Amino acid sequence: MKSQARIPTGRISDPGYPQASNPEYTRHHPRWYRRHMPIFWWLRKFAYTKFILRELTSQPVMYATLFLLGKVWVLSRGPEAYEIFVQWLSHPAFLAFHALVLVGLLFHTVTWLNLTPKALVLRVAGRKVPGWAIVGAHYGAWLGLSGVILWILAGR
Amino acid sequence: MPDTVKLEVFRYRPEGEGEPLYETFEVPYRDEWMVLDALNQIKDHQDGTLSYRWACRMGVCGSCGMTVNGEPVLTCATYLEPFLPGPIRVEPLHGFPVIRDLVGDLEDFVGKLQRVKPWIIREEERSPSEGEYLQTPEEMDAYKRYSMCINCMLCYAACPIYELEPGFIGPAAIALAQRYNLDSRDEGARERHEVLAEHEGVWSCTFVGECSIVCPKDVDPAGAIQRYKVDATLDFFRSLVTPGRSP
Ligand code: SF4
Repeated sequence: MKSQARIPTGRISDPGYPQASNPEYTRHHPRWYRRHMPIFWWLRKFAYTKFILRELTSQPVMYATLFLLGKVWVLSRGPEAYEIFVQWLSHPAFLAFHALVLVGLLFHTVTWLNLTPKALVLRVAGRKVPGWAIVGAHYGAWLGLSGVILWILAGR
Repeated sequence: MPDTVKLEVFRYRPEGEGEPLYETFEVPYRDEWMVLDALNQIKDHQDGTLSYRWACRMGVCGSCGMTVNGEPVLTCATYLEPFLPGPIRVEPLHGFPVIRDLVGDLEDFVGKLQRVKPWIIREEERSPSEGEYLQTPEEMDAYKRYSMCINCMLCYAACPIYELEPGFIGPAAIALAQRYNLDSRDEGARERHEVLAEHEGVWSCTFVGECSIVCPKDVDPAGAIQRYKVDATLDFFRSLVTPGRSP
């Protein structure tokens, strides 16, 4: 413990009071100290990093949408064009890139779906639907739709 | 259990060095002590010039919010124990200019709070002789959570957007606007809409979600903001299909 003969009282007449060594300071006028956000502020907390990753992974979502549109366009140019396109896609570099895109897509989807109960407040028969039910319904719809697509593909 | 614990306290003396520094104090350790008790020990027995705000020491007044080891907390409700063996770093809340030591300037929030008109607005006031405005428990339930806010500013301190974009109206002000918007006695939603629906209103929020995590009163400002976004969007589309209706 700091041993001190007397405790500074905070009065300016107090001998222990820090002297006004700052020439820019005028008594009774605030001189704020403003902190600046460091550029890597999002590393300060895991939650911030997760947030930035969620924001960044919206790029893979955009890419996947454009890619799908591109694929439909290629299809419209006939079977040969599509064949060449598929060959192109089987290149290891493309496969690796698409694996990365998939990871980003899954991260974005999962973190996004987990947030849905915050934006959706539903009442059924006068009672609030709990958050887990809202998240569950979203995952259910996701899996359900994926199932339907797989079923169509398998039935070809 | 140790006999003492060290606190590294953020000091800013505008008349002194002009730059902040950390000062280390050693205080006696007690199991039942909160961080605020340690600060009071310093102020009473070691350095009376240490400046910080506190009043009720029971999580109601909302004035003792500080950053303890990087997290915005109410110091009256945060035990020393989980930070052992220390040192414990105590700083002012992030996002606000510092006036002195641990005291931030909250003027910005006060102005924003007034802009969202956090009071009941009636198109036509009823005279007291006409009786009170009645409300069912369900109607009260719709806004009660948002009415628990104690203006402690922990949510602003946790919000990186507020720090990056100081114009942002911010979590508590929006939650309090919703507290009145969702009140069955209120008719002021249109007036608040002007402030909430602008870019510096709900649309500045990118849903980091930390405001709701740090809130000591479980107000869930993040939820209030996202709900308002959904409502504002629906309202906009409704105004497109309903002629004569403004968004
Ligand atoms: S919403 Fe919660 S964290 Fe924000 S000021 Fe109100 S009580 Fe404090």
